[in-house]
Amino acid sequence: MVQILEFEREIFALENQIHELVSMSHMYDSVGDITHEIGKLHKKVRHMKHDVYAKLNGWQKTQVARHPDRPHTLDYIGYIFTDFIELHGDRHGGYGPSVVGGLGKFGDQSVMIIGHQKGRETQEKIHRNFGMSQPAGYRKALRLMKLAQKFRIPIINLIDTPGAYPGIDAEEKGQSEAIATNLFQMIDIDVPIIVTVIGEGGSGGALAIGVGNRVLMFEHSVYSVISPEGCASILWGDKDKVVQAAEALQLTAPSLLKLGVIDEIIREPLGGAHRHHKRTAILLKKALRKNLHDLSRLSPDELVHQRHEKFRKLGEVGFEVGA
Amino acid sequence: MYWFDKIKKKTGLGKKFTEAGEIWVECKSCKEQIYTSELAENLKVCPKCDYHFRIDVWTRIHQLLDTGTFVEKDKGLVATDPLKFKDSKKYKDRLKTALKKGATSDAVVTGPGSIEGRPVEVCFFDFSYMGGSMGTVVGEKITRTIERAIKNQMPLIIVSCSGGARMQEGILSLMQMAKTSAALSKLSKAKLPYISILTDPTTGGVSASFAMLGDIILAEPEALIGFAGPRVIEQTIRQKLPEGFQRSEFLLDHGLIDQVVHRSDLRTTIHQLLCLLKNDPVFPAEVNKKQKGLQV
Repeated sequence: MVQILEFEREIFALENQIHELVSMSHMYDSVGDITHEIGKLHKKVRHMKHDVYAKLNGWQKTQVARHPDRPHTLDYIGYIFTDFIELHGDRHGGYGPSVVGGLGKFGDQSVMIIGHQKGRETQEKIHRNFGMSQPAGYRKALRLMKLAQKFRIPIINLIDTPGAYPGIDAEEKGQSEAIATNLFQMIDIDVPIIVTVIGEGGSGGALAIGVGNRVLMFEHSVYSVISPEGCASILWGDKDKVVQAAEALQLTAPSLLKLGVIDEIIREPLGGAHRHHKRTAILLKKALRKNLHDLSRLSPDELVHQRHEKFRKLGEVGFEVGA
Repeated sequence: MYWFDKIKKKTGLGKKFTEAGEIWVECKSCKEQIYTSELAENLKVCPKCDYHFRIDVWTRIHQLLDTGTFVEKDKGLVATDPLKFKDSKKYKDRLKTALKKGATSDAVVTGPGSIEGRPVEVCFFDFSYMGGSMGTVVGEKITRTIERAIKNQMPLIIVSCSGGARMQEGILSLMQMAKTSAALSKLSKAKLPYISILTDPTTGGVSASFAMLGDIILAEPEALIGFAGPRVIEQTIRQKLPEGFQRSEFLLDHGLIDQVVHRSDLRTTIHQLLCLLKNDPVFPAEVNKKQKGLQV
């Protein structure tokens, strides 16, 4: 079943009408030639989509970013990379199914691909824990990044998680330590790391694979220190104040570009990535190719240096030196 | 003003007893009434049950460092509210209120000092300033402290006491986790020791970055330490949490920290560790009795 978001309703209604008209014109000759009419309606739909998607607020973007039909890591892997082999486990007793990773080819270049996986069908969602990783997922990611470093293979990370899993076992196994260690070690990996937020960038669980030389973000994805729901319930004392919270958090791609947290916005096909998987994947592929090419000019030392500089500067807009 | 108000004002009678203390306070753990002076003398630890009260940043500095050796740095760094954040209150106003309440410029006080004569760079979290939350100023002060430690070849100590990242600075707060951790990787390469002290509470973005990256990690007894807050976990899994969950002793049991250290032993333990790490002789570091109970 297709999930329709509140602000997409009118678009869908019109699309359905067009669909009906077309099938009617096929069934009854008496309808006559309505190609012109249908063409006009198609144009109207395009305009509507354009208008609606150009004006999405933070909360609406959050809904698009979480859309169950939005392409996930494994979808992109299927479209963009060849000869993919998944690699499992953190080698410390953990499997970490909310994060997938493995080797594959990007054109003729071997790459390590790592990303959160949310799952689409109920059973997969449960298996993937809705993309909320246990410490094992982050430890696996780090293991794979070090493997990539050893063989001088560039790393491509895809972020799509509501956040790190808040559970008893996660705490017992050191959720904080796992995330902290990734931040601490990823910064010094001396092969190119390109990070792309493909859907939801949820706090520490996102950042745990987010320390890249380049951080890209899809047009309708979000990246935030806390979910709008969490923020609303803590600061407003009302978990329904999500619209205000999402607005205040400035979690959309243009805001983050302005704050210097991301480097580039990847456009999505009109109507969002969830309607056009393949076309979205092509756009991601183009962006990855360009960035990989740029980074391939840097030496291992320069890559590490560039990453350190990039993260050292973050937050400069947030403070000033007073008296 | 009525006559009894005047008496109340003069004597302090009838006032609500707060932790900062009037004549006596109630222990949050064993409910015992303790004289404020006795509590202060005991480093704000309940003499009956050893409950560690949360202490203010200057008391902490006084307890941990040699008297008069601390020099505060980067005092003038102030948050600028880049997101123009507003919930029920403007972030700008919250900052102003927090500034009025405390004497510090943000939720962390940083600078060099010494412990038993050994120079150290230290960061002390101030929980009274917006729950010790980490925004850009906290991240920057900690990063600068680490950079000073590298430059001057000094060990680093961070005493954490924080609810995590500061929501009002959005994604920039999150990025401070990466910024501080990156700085620590440089400290590590310079082979300088970093001792992380976890106090009640150390959660969220602070625990998921520098607090868990110490070469040595020590925690005060029964401090709440974890990634997710207990309420969030309870709501997620819809179960009651086991007793002692996410307390220092629980973390010790799960191999996540090196030791649980009583507040009265903290100073000597740090000193001992620094000596051992540097292969220096460990002198018996007696806690200066006179220093113990003094208030700043």
